[in-house]
Amino acid sequence: MSLSIMQKILLYIAVALILVWCVFPLYWAFISSIKPDQDLFEKNPSLFPKRVTFENYVKVFKERPFHINIKNSIIVAGITTLLALVVGSLAGYAIARLKFKGKVIVMSLILAVSMFPQVSILGSLFLILRSLKLINTYTGLIIPYTAMNLPLTVWVLQSFFRELPKEVEESAFIDGASKLRTLWSIVLPMSAPGLVATGLLTFIAAWNEFLFALTFMQKPSLYTVPVAVALFKGASQYEIPWGQLMAAAVIVTLPLVILVLVFQNRIIAGLSAGAVKG
Amino acid sequence: MERRSGWTAFWMILPTILIISVVAFFPLFKTFYDSFYSFGLRPGIVRKFVGLQNYFRLFQDTRFLMALKNTVFFTVVSVALETVLGVLIALVVHQKFALRGAVRAAMLVPWAIPTAISSQMWRWMFHDQYGIMSRLWEKLGIVEPGTPILGTPGLAMWAIIFVDVWKTTPFMALLILAGLQVIPEDIYEAARIDGANTIQRFFRITLPLITPTIGVALIFRTLDALRVFDVVYIMTRGAVNTETLAVYNRHVLMDRAFTGAWFGYGSAISVFIFVLISIFAIIYIKSLRLKLD
Repeated sequence: MSLSIMQKILLYIAVALILVWCVFPLYWAFISSIKPDQDLFEKNPSLFPKRVTFENYVKVFKERPFHINIKNSIIVAGITTLLALVVGSLAGYAIARLKFKGKVIVMSLILAVSMFPQVSILGSLFLILRSLKLINTYTGLIIPYTAMNLPLTVWVLQSFFRELPKEVEESAFIDGASKLRTLWSIVLPMSAPGLVATGLLTFIAAWNEFLFALTFMQKPSLYTVPVAVALFKGASQYEIPWGQLMAAAVIVTLPLVILVLVFQNRIIAGLSAGAVKG
Repeated sequence: MERRSGWTAFWMILPTILIISVVAFFPLFKTFYDSFYSFGLRPGIVRKFVGLQNYFRLFQDTRFLMALKNTVFFTVVSVALETVLGVLIALVVHQKFALRGAVRAAMLVPWAIPTAISSQMWRWMFHDQYGIMSRLWEKLGIVEPGTPILGTPGLAMWAIIFVDVWKTTPFMALLILAGLQVIPEDIYEAARIDGANTIQRFFRITLPLITPTIGVALIFRTLDALRVFDVVYIMTRGAVNTETLAVYNRHVLMDRAFTGAWFGYGSAISVFIFVLISIFAIIYIKSLRLKLD
């Protein structure tokens, strides 16, 4: 059935509204970041920049340790992703393919963790990490992040593993390969798209996490990107350098947005397969 | 063969179980245990067993009750808005139009931006003097000119809800879209031949068929909204009647507990949040009817 002209116009208006709604804040952050301060602090801000400057982008690295914050986030989110993929694919494979007692219990336990309100373990986890001398260390953030992401990793990967043709694995097993060997040299290469999707979801979750990072990293030189941006301060306590702040926001958002746009199909597939954690 | 498979499975699952036990189950147990004691994190405070006293205190603590009220208000309003808008947006992007793929991809943008960062973007847009969103609300007559939206009780919570709706609705729409896409086209054909109009087709066919998807998304969003922290903490720090349970809980555990005997009480708040969310988690799992085997 084709739409009438009127319906078509309404449809395109609706689509335009959705698009503006989704993208405008990012556009506005970008515009604000390239305006000189005089133009930024105007009573009626203009939708397009009259003058363009990249001063804020230079300052964000020169006047504060933002590159160190980025490094912290890359290390923490990167190692979390690798760990979660390794540990999660082992468990995911066992759940998808092996028979064992108590499978339902194991799955329930893993799933339960994905629904934990993080704040309800915040205090205890802080004390545990403190007694292990892991406050203000990468490890102190990577271990909790891995645990909070494992439910999603295991869940999504096991659903990908289930969809692989069983015959190849069976013939490998008959040829004498162990389960672990089969997983490593046959299952994992075949499920590369699933690994990419899962890895991306984990990386984004770890990159975006705020509450644990705010609590377990208490030195500015160890802040991750979200914490550094949330606690952005100017020269005086009352004045926030909004131009710089928006530059920082754009710097860390653009790579994520590009990643998401490139891998959108896989991300949506992974999330609907998992639908465990947003 | 069966037996060997069992042991292989055991070793493959062990690392996962170990990590989540150490990071999630043990701390949870400890929080529960600590909630029966009175103690703080400052040296010199004597640890005392107080039984259920911390829990009784909750209901005399006006700040806690206010946080509970704010959390429920935030959850009900934002989840309701996100669900209705999510269905509408899903219906729109389900149609055929030019650049449909690009628009669907753009809908992931709000979801991908870290909440801490988008909250700062919105804080700038809600700036009382230079914020473009403040200007817009003034022009639309929602607020009097010159009103500091993020500094006004009542308004600030609506601004926070607005940001949450912005961040989550497109994503919810994509999940609902996935539900729409599996409805076979012939059902609509048949309904059309029987003379059903667009609105009838929506209420008689589409809505019943996507109800399970909406239900899952709704409960899932509720779980998330009940523990809301980042956006509130960054936009208002919990001032002007926007404090939620998670924000108050962190304040008690990480600020007050270093000056007095507050840690046990903070643990009781944590347990309260856990129980509250567990109720919805159980509904979620039941409604998913998960294939666990």
